[in-house]
Amino acid sequence: MDLLRFITCGSVDDGKSTLIGRLLYDSKSILADQLEAIERATKGRDDGTVDLALLTDGLRSEREQGITIDVAYRYFQTPKRKFIIVDAPGHIQYTRNMVTGASNCQLAIVLIDARQGVVEQTRRHSLIASLLGIPHIVVAVNKMDLVGHSQNVFSDICIQYAELARNLNVSQVTYIPISALNGDNVVDRSTAMPWYDGPTLLEHLETIEVDEVISADAGAAGRFPVQYVIRPQTSELHDYRGYAGKITSGLFRTGDSITVLPSGETSTIDAIEIAGQHLTEAMAPQSVVLHLATDVDISRGDLLVRSDGLPLTSQTVEAMLCWMDTKELRVGSKYVLQVGTARTRCSVREIVHQLNVNTYEKIEGVESLALNDLARVVLRTAQPVSFDPYQQNRATGGAILIDETSNVTVGALMLVGEA
Amino acid sequence: MDYLDQLESEAIHILREVAGQFERPALLFSGGKDSITLVHLALKAFRPGKFPFPLLHIDTGHNFQEALDFRDELANRIGERLIVRYVEDTIRTKKLKEPTGRNATRNGLQTFTLLDAIEEFEFDACIGGARRDEEKARAKERVFSVRDEFGSWDPKRQRPELWNLYNGRIHKGENVRVFPISNWTELDVWNYIQRENIALPSLYFAHERELLVRDGKLMATAGGVIKPEADDQLVTRTVRFRTVGDISCTAASESDAGTLDAVIAEIQATRISERGETRMDDQLSEAAMEDRKKGGYF
Repeated sequence: MDLLRFITCGSVDDGKSTLIGRLLYDSKSILADQLEAIERATKGRDDGTVDLALLTDGLRSEREQGITIDVAYRYFQTPKRKFIIVDAPGHIQYTRNMVTGASNCQLAIVLIDARQGVVEQTRRHSLIASLLGIPHIVVAVNKMDLVGHSQNVFSDICIQYAELARNLNVSQVTYIPISALNGDNVVDRSTAMPWYDGPTLLEHLETIEVDEVISADAGAAGRFPVQYVIRPQTSELHDYRGYAGKITSGLFRTGDSITVLPSGETSTIDAIEIAGQHLTEAMAPQSVVLHLATDVDISRGDLLVRSDGLPLTSQTVEAMLCWMDTKELRVGSKYVLQVGTARTRCSVREIVHQLNVNTYEKIEGVESLALNDLARVVLRTAQPVSFDPYQQNRATGGAILIDETSNVTVGALMLVGEA
Repeated sequence: MDYLDQLESEAIHILREVAGQFERPALLFSGGKDSITLVHLALKAFRPGKFPFPLLHIDTGHNFQEALDFRDELANRIGERLIVRYVEDTIRTKKLKEPTGRNATRNGLQTFTLLDAIEEFEFDACIGGARRDEEKARAKERVFSVRDEFGSWDPKRQRPELWNLYNGRIHKGENVRVFPISNWTELDVWNYIQRENIALPSLYFAHERELLVRDGKLMATAGGVIKPEADDQLVTRTVRFRTVGDISCTAASESDAGTLDAVIAEIQATRISERGETRMDDQLSEAAMEDRKKGGYF
């Protein structure tokens, strides 16, 4: 059975938590005691209905304020597939949490209130999904019951969204009219919208082809960040020296020529091991141990790549940045840059432009960035960094900035290229 | 790729990040199925080398003998170092007041012993077997969960955690709790145990034992941890434990499941969550787990 990780984008007002509750409830993934707990919590409500949103809001302050603050993960499975739902908050002040949640997803559900159509928030969520390289978008037009299940309303929203998507880098968009509250077209087919003959949301989630991650395609370049060197140094394993890590993209075979970056030294793969078993080939996302034919100086932070497809290596890097700290970023500030297992100091040389997340307008002449701002930046690094453009390879194109004094992760970077 | 292979690879990657990023990590080992699974994953991550961390057990003194025997046997078999620290000792040296009364448990006191052990060995990371599907506060916790010197979790100040990039940089005195099987469900753990043929304590399989019925739950009389009261009914039943924790707060389930196949079939059919069925300590309030995590609990 395979696994699909998807994110739901929207706010309480769009019915996001209700949708997740509905997916879990109608797929029989909510257990009796969990349902009892929310029934207890909603006792005393006038309308007597169970608030499915309470299933997902796990922190006391979230329940008190009736909003989702942080990313939560939900798990369910059907006979066809396993799912991880990444439940991220929708408000603009939680953009960083949505970016965090979206980073590992293969699909995003963008919720639109049928009464409102495409709004500012839809534009922001779609931009983030596109910047994070999520290949599949589902536009779920919710609250169809409140617009008389009108096909015209749905069609108009599809046209509005297609117009928006033209400006974004999204490869596949699917439109589904739903009512999360009543369960129409979520798991069960709606009888109120006979004009809709596409899949229900769950059918779509169950059958869509999963690209493991963009970069796991067999054709993608072989990338292996070294995490740890295994050297038992016992008498019988005196010469054992294995490089432990996870193949983040592509395929490695014994006998392959490899290049060690950033040093540029070369060698060939002598053996590939998983838990003591020797293999002739291994591919992303397997965690393996590699052995090389020659003695090369390799330690944590090095990137082993197949020599037939080298990444970029540079000390000036251009990237899209989502700023995640309350302390503002200024041109000239210094941080620690982490790409894969490599860390090096860097400074922000330039803010090329800031991106208005709602209008997609590029603002030039910006000297500092505040929490949740998105911008194109140029970094100068202390050591050369090896990477791929993010839109080609999520694993070696994604990076973080760490504040040297607070140690907090303050920025997410989608690397674009050499500046 | 099969989802179990994906989850396994993700967990091994996280364990190796701990090895690469920290100087003095430890693996919190209880003798329960989740921490036994962690040990199995660590064998896959680091053999033929030694583990770059010891196993650490915080013993409440109220554990099942079967789990303790299993713990010692496992540590011995794999040849890794096991450190045990006792809640009993913390109670004595710190003059802690032990909870008394009908449903008294030392579970809350474990936190003090854990924090002392972290200080004693200067552990900078503690690997734990918590899963996000267990409880809704856990559903919000990061894989690398940074704690202050009091072990406190602050849900509002969690670090963003993107892609497979983990930031384990901390100040002296802080430490990180790391949860490699965050994305596993109860059923995933059982399916993995079956696939990998991992040995478990006998407590997880159907057996006959003496229990007392209290508040509708079946509590073990083993070790005299729970003192029978007048209205408790003593019974002998065929049961198994869905989770194995401290005797004082882990309830048994009536079951005939004597094999892994039978246990998995039972879990697939159940309509009650793992913690809801077995843990007395989570049912105190809506935010019981959130509060304990803020207080430095695992």
